[in-house]
Parts: sequence; structure tokens; C-alpha cells
Amino acid sequence: MATVGQACLIFALGFSIYGVAASVVGARTRRESLVRSGRRALYALFALSLTAFLITEFAFFTSDFHFTVVATHSSTTTPWYYRLAAMWSSQQGSLMLWLTLLAGWSSLCVVMLRGRLRDVAPYAVAVLLGFGAFFTAVMLFSASPFTVVAVAPVEGVGLNPLLRHPSMMIHPIMLYSGYTLLTIPFAFAVGALIVRRVDAEWLRATRVYALGAWLALGVGIILGARWSYAELGWGGYWAWDPVENASLLPWLTGTAFLHSVKIQERRGMMKVWNASLVLATGTLAILGTFLVRSGVLDSIHAFVQEGSGVAWFFTALIVVMIAGSVYLVITRRDNALKSESRLDSLLSRESAFLGNNLVLVAIAFVVLWGTFFPLISEALTGQKEAVGPPWFDQYTVPLVLILVLLSGIGPVIAWRRTSWSRLWRSMRAPAILALVVAIGCIIWDPANGDVSAMIMFVVGAFAIGISLQELWRGTRARQLMTGEGPFAAFRLLLARNRARYGGFIVHIGVAVLFIGLAASSSFQSVRDVRLGVGEQTTLAGYSFTYVKPVAKIETQAGRLERITLGSQVRVTKDGKFVANLEPNRGYYPAVGSMLGAVSTYFAGESTSEIGLQAGIAEDLWIAETPDISSLMPVVRRGDAVFEKASSQGLEPKARAVFLAAALNGLTTQYRENPPPAQFRVLVSPMVFWIWIGSLIVVIGAMVAAWPAVGAVRDLVRARQAARVAQELGRA
Amino acid sequence: MSVIGPIVAVVILGLVVWFVSQPLRSRVAAQDDLRDDGRVADLRAARDAKYRQIRDLEMDYRTGKLSEDEWRSIDRELRGEAVEVLHRLDQLVPPQQGAPIAPALPEPPSAPPANDPR
Amino acid sequence: MDPARKRRIRMVVALSCALLLVGALAYTSFSAASTAVEPSQLLASTNPTESYQLTGKVVDGSVVRSREAIRFRVRDRTSKKSVAVSYIGAVPDPFREGREVIITVRSAGAAAPPHTFIGEKDTLITKCPSKFKESEPVSPASGAKKS
Repeated sequence: MATVGQACLIFALGFSIYGVAASVVGARTRRESLVRSGRRALYALFALSLTAFLITEFAFFTSDFHFTVVATHSSTTTPWYYRLAAMWSSQQGSLMLWLTLLAGWSSLCVVMLRGRLRDVAPYAVAVLLGFGAFFTAVMLFSASPFTVVAVAPVEGVGLNPLLRHPSMMIHPIMLYSGYTLLTIPFAFAVGALIVRRVDAEWLRATRVYALGAWLALGVGIILGARWSYAELGWGGYWAWDPVENASLLPWLTGTAFLHSVKIQERRGMMKVWNASLVLATGTLAILGTFLVRSGVLDSIHAFVQEGSGVAWFFTALIVVMIAGSVYLVITRRDNALKSESRLDSLLSRESAFLGNNLVLVAIAFVVLWGTFFPLISEALTGQKEAVGPPWFDQYTVPLVLILVLLSGIGPVIAWRRTSWSRLWRSMRAPAILALVVAIGCIIWDPANGDVSAMIMFVVGAFAIGISLQELWRGTRARQLMTGEGPFAAFRLLLARNRARYGGFIVHIGVAVLFIGLAASSSFQSVRDVRLGVGEQTTLAGYSFTYVKPVAKIETQAGRLERITLGSQVRVTKDGKFVANLEPNRGYYPAVGSMLGAVSTYFAGESTSEIGLQAGIAEDLWIAETPDISSLMPVVRRGDAVFEKASSQGLEPKARAVFLAAALNGLTTQYRENPPPAQFRVLVSPMVFWIWIGSLIVVIGAMVAAWPAVGAVRDLVRARQAARVAQELGRA
Repeated sequence: MSVIGPIVAVVILGLVVWFVSQPLRSRVAAQDDLRDDGRVADLRAARDAKYRQIRDLEMDYRTGKLSEDEWRSIDRELRGEAVEVLHRLDQLVPPQQGAPIAPALPEPPSAPPANDPR
Repeated sequence: MDPARKRRIRMVVALSCALLLVGALAYTSFSAASTAVEPSQLLASTNPTESYQLTGKVVDGSVVRSREAIRFRVRDRTSKKSVAVSYIGAVPDPFREGREVIITVRSAGAAAPPHTFIGEKDTLITKCPSKFKESEPVSPASGAKKS
């Protein structure tokens, strides 16, 4: 099986290179047969990479430890769904996933494109196949999933317990889908610039892919934040970690692009901006992939691979992408990218969009600078320096405040030019709402004096007010024009103006998200405390009482997966019961260790399970680190007993029975004589709003992205027309 | 087991070669003018974009962002631009009998609106 | 005002703002950054008022957990030179002996033993190991037989 997989990768590389040549030569010599052959090479890449992917997944599913990657990242005690996800916890599997997603999304987009952008498409296909060739080459020469050993180990190492979380099954796929989808607008931009056709049709096609990519990437980022909050023992969701930042960068430039294409569509302006943004977004997506897997920057995500040439490969690719992009934009600056009109007035929607662009690019630049600062400072001063979250917050917070404010002004300001009085009339109601919120903040000081948080509440209220007002006004206007009832008018308003009103829904979601962000970071209460059974602590008006210990053994496929030690904590407020939380810690056995039979169960990884009660106003969050030192004498006694028994020739079956009894005894001991445990307690206000805001953003983006009825009809006609032309030619 | 792998690999290679080379082996249609095709598609996209702008403009007016005079004046401009695009499109692709592919152009502003949202 | 002149003014203003931002970024990043060091560099010289971003591996057998704090030693990746760290704050799940960590520290002061550092609260990061370096897959010759 591994032979077939490896062969598929080799063929994939070969056909990718062929496809690049065929597409480019076919386009330049106008030989349709070569162009079509090149397209087929893309589909072939998908088929081959999918085959290789499935072979690898099958090996994981069946725990075929002949595959080195399976033996080092999975085990029979890993649940089957995590075994499948374990594939992309490895470098090899991760690259395989990237390649398959790239080939899949590219093929889908090219199929959907059928008959359109026919002069641009061959170059776009060539670029996409170029990426395919790159990733295949990296795998073949540096990280092949198909390395096998002749004699398979009996048991694998297992999936890192930190990764045994439902998010592991979606977060990487979403992120990689975002990254791979972003290469598609990049490829089409390169193609359009090469043939000097950066016009309406290119815009329309690119915008759709960019929106899909933006959505996938955004979902991936939010899932990562949620995972961090709900799974890791620190209670935060964003740490300005280099890998997190790397995923945010293309999302920011992608957001700027999605907005400023509107101006190009409308006024033929900002073509250089748009071309630069889409090329930058694609490059940043590759940069993000590079940072995740290269270990070049110190990060919690850095999967350090000693001696891998992957970092150099990626650096070369990024340099080529930057150089090529700069060259294309500069040489097309005065022809294909020449503006058709100019900014008439600063008080116009074009201006607001331009401001929006500038702020987003500024945020992206800040994040880029801070992320790469260790490398920058090392290059400039010879000393590696790093900046922390306070530095990032210092810049991003005011910029985000301006961004949210602009998201309120933009929708109500007219194109070309408007007057102050007209603008005021459009903003009046939401501005008054914002003023009310401001007064409320000053009187009640909900943010404990955190000024930027209060300003966020005010501008957030403003932005939400504007969007709701526009939805309301649009529905009313439609009702008056068509006589429809309110629900029908609202539904059809969305249906016939998807991009615009979907966008308003996204703005509402973004404002809600940032309000939640501001609230939860400014007045979060946290306490680290040591509690014995029956003891309690209070925080932010809540009482947390350690009621009783919890200890159990969890098995999978007849083998021990982990030992769980934790507690039940009762939460009350003003004497009234609020919730029962069960924080605990899971201890995974170390595989193949030289330790004693019993202590091996405490020598492997351990993970926290958070006790979480989410609410609209605030979240109650608790993590526990049990004190296992009191168990150690018992554990060592167990080790000694086993060593003695083993030396006296203990049967495997009897051994298993004894071990089970010993572990049961251990958990009983913990339950009956629980030592005090270390707890971290958090009361986080309005965290829930972050997730709700994200959900609203997703809904809004889906509304905006859904193809309009007319567009579908157009697509069908285009395909039919292409087929007719083809058949006529063949006759 | 050790022989099956290479055999399957060879079969896969054969299939892919056949699939990818198929366009090279079949008799292909004579080369259209890709440039013209591109221009037509661009014009169609530009036309649709203009229609969208005309509709959006009306929405802007009805939701109070423009005065009636501003609306009429810009609407006239946009319709003029749309007509220009249609004209260039007709030169490349003569209008066909039967239903139009594009969504219908909204009615030009005539009577004053029933209710002033301001 | 002549539109071309207006555009020029806007361009100048925009570029000035951009330059201002870059300048501010550069200045504040250099002044707010903590130097990334390995233990051997700290052993060589330490500024008692400065904070450092220490990276290295946790020395085997050095972890001692007390009621509030956790004490451990951090060594260079490639040598045995190590420093002692005392830390109060969130301890990440993957933290254990032999793992690579990143922690912001400052000198514990003259009263403490030499080469001792205090870790700043909640700055301990443990690098997530996707490969379990300390465990090997169980080969048929050594471990338990499959049941």
C-alpha cells in the first residue's frame, strides 16, 4: 500500500510539472488541446493526492504501524475518530492534507469556471499546479508519509492528548481550507495580470473564492480560539502567538480586499490596491503555513523538526511569490491597473472604504512586525528580542476601535460625495444610541475604568445600530415599493442584495464579537487557590466549594486510555445554587517507558478538562491540578510489588488483572483520602458574545456568498454555450 | 504483497496518462479568439454590475442617503453607462431572439416615491 | 482647491501617518521587547532590572512543586548549563521535564542564590511536542504482547 502511495506522490509531482508546462505553452501558443490537457493534469493531481491521502488515512484507521508516521502519532488506544485526525498532527500528514485540499478546491473552482476567463484560466491553473508541485516535492524529499519499516511495532505512541479534542478534527481542516482557498484568488490574479485583464469578470469570480476562503479561515481561527479557551488550562483564547498571528494576517488583508473590490466594481478605482491585496493575501497564506510547520519562531504551536529542509523550501517559495507579485504590479501599473476615476470627496463611501483598507493594512503590519520582531531584531542588532501581548494590544486596540467605527459610517455614507447634514440624518438614531451607551458606561463603570473597553462598547453599539437601522430601512423601502408583508420584504431584501445585507449582518457579528472581546479582557476576575475538600473560595460574587473528589479509569479497545483525577465543585451566588462544575486532569500512560508498571501511568502526558459554565453575562471557568505527590508512595509500592511478581514469572493475564486491581486501588485511595488540589478560577464576562458574534459573522458571510438566482442561471448558460461551441467544433 | 503494489501503481499511471493526454489525442475545435470571448464576458459582467449599481442606488435613495435630485442625476449617469456597455456588447454579440440571459433592468425613476423615509 | 493639489496633500498626509506608525512601531518594539536568551547567556551576564525571554529545556529531576510556586531548572538546548527559576502562575498542560519552555524572567535579586530567576506570572509557555521524543513505539521484542 505504501508503494502505491509513494508512487501516487511521484506521479503527482510529474503531472504537476507537466501541467504547468502544458498550460503555459498552450496559452501562449493558443493551443486549446494543451490548455485542456493542463486542466486535466489539475484534476489528476486531485485524484492522485486523494488516493495517497486515503491510503494514509486507512493506515491510521487500521493502526498499521508499518507506517512510521502512524507508529509515531497514533496508537490502538486512540479512539478511531482521533486516529483519523492524528494524521494531520504529523508533519507528513499535515502536508498531505494541504496538498489534497489545494488540489480539491482548485479542481472544483476550475470546473465551476467552465468557459469563463478562458485567457486567464491557463495561467491560474499553472500557478495552482506550481503549488501542487511544490508541496509534493517537499513531501517526497523531506517528509514522506510512506516511510515504512519491515517489522511493525506492536503499539504506537498515540495522539498527543492535548490534541484529543473535537476541534482537532475541524480546526486544521478549516484553517488549511482557508489557506488553500486563498491561493486560488492569488493564482487568478497572477493570470489576470499576465494577460492584462483585471476587469469586471475577474473581479466577480475572484470575489466569490475570496469570500469562501475568508469564511473558512475565519472559522478556523475562531475554532482555535475556542479550543484554547475550553481545553487549555490558562483560560484565554488569544495569546498573540506567532502561529495565531500568521493565520490572522491573510484574514486581515482578505477582509480589506473583499471591501475594496466594491470600489473597483463601482468606480474602476483602486486597482493597484486590489491586485496588491489579493497577491499579499495569497503570499501570507503560504507564510502562515510555513510558520506552523517550520519552527522558525518560538511558539506554542512550533512542531520543531530538527534537520528538516522544509524551512528553506518555503522561504524560497515565499521569496519567489513576493518578487513575482511586485514585478507584475509594477509593470501593469500604468495599463491594466490604471484607475478609471478619482476620489471626489473625503466625505464619500469610497473614502470610508479606503480608510477601512488603510486601517486593516495597518493592523496587519503591526501584527507582522511584532510576530517577526525576533528575526528583525536579530538581523539588525544580533540579539533576538521578543514583544509580548501588551505591545500588540497597544496598537491593535485603537486601530480596531477605528475599524468598528468605520464599519458603522461606511454603510450610510453615499457614493462619490455627500454632505455633513445628510450624513448626520442617516446616523442620527444609532449615534443617539451610542451616546446613551456612553452615558451608561460613565455612570455604571462596567469596565472597571478600562477606557478602551468602554469606547468599544460605544462604537460597537453604534455599528450594530447602523446595521440594524439599514436592515430596517431596506425592509421598509421594499415594503413600500412592492407592497409585500414585512417578513417577505425582509427575506427578499436579503435575497436580492445578498452582498450588501449579508455584509451588514457580518458587521453586526463583528461588533458583537469585539464587544465580547473588550468586556472579557478588561474585567475578568482570576484567582489561583489551593483548596481541600469542603473548602471554598469566592470570586466576583460567586462561591466555589470543593465538594468531593472524582477519580476514574477510562479505557478504549480494552486498554487503558487514561486515569482521571478531579473534583466536583459547587458554585453558588448569594446562597443560591448556580452550577456543579467538574474540572479534572487526565493522565495518559507513557508508552514503552522503562518505569515501573504502575508509575508508567503517571509518566505520560496529562491534560486538563475544564469545568465550564457558559452564560450570556459571564462564564464560570475552573481548572484543576490535583496533587498526586500523596499517591506516589502507593505508586512506588505498586511498582515494587509488580517487579517482584514479574521476576517470579507472572502470567500476562494475571498481570493484567493485578494491574487493574492496583489502579482501582489507586483511584479509590484518591477518592477516600483526597489531598488539597490547586485550582484556577475565572469569572469572564461576556465571553459568550465572542462565540455568538462569530456565529453571526458566519451567517452573514453565507448570506453574502450564496449565489444569486441569476448567477446560477448565468453559470448554466455559460456551460451550455461552452458545450455548444465544443460540439460545433468537433462536427 | 510486494508485487501487487507496483502493479497497481503502473495501472494508476496508465489511467492518468490516458486521462491527461486525451485532449491531445482527440480532434480539437479550431481556436476561437480567446480575447474576444474575454471581452464579451467582461462586458456581460460589467453590465450586471451596472444593473446592481442602479438597484443599489435606488435603495440608497429609499433609505434616505440621497436626495431625490441626487438620485435622479446619478441614476441617469449610470443608465447611460449601462447603455454604453450594452452597445459595445451588441457589437460583439448581436442580440438573439428569445429570453434575455441577464436579469431585467429595473424601471427608471418616474413618479415620486409613495412615502418619504425621511 | 485644484483636485490634483488636493490629491497630493492627501497622499502626503497618508504617507506621513504611515511613516509615523512605522516609527512608533520600531521605537516601542525595541524598547518594550525582552531579549530572548538561553541559560548560558544569562549565566554570562544579567542586568538585574531587565526582563528576559528565557528559552531552554527543563532539566530532568529539577521540578519541585510547592504550595504556590513551582521551581525548576532550565538548561541550554545543547549544553548542560542551567539556571534556576521560581514561577507562580498558570502551568501549561504539556509542561514536564525534558520539554522546551519559553518563560519571561527577571533576576531574583541579590538576596537570592546566584543565577536564580523569578518567572513573571502566566508567561510560561511549553512548546507543544507533536512527536513524543521521550517515548518510542513499542517494538515486538520488548513490550507487552498484543492481546
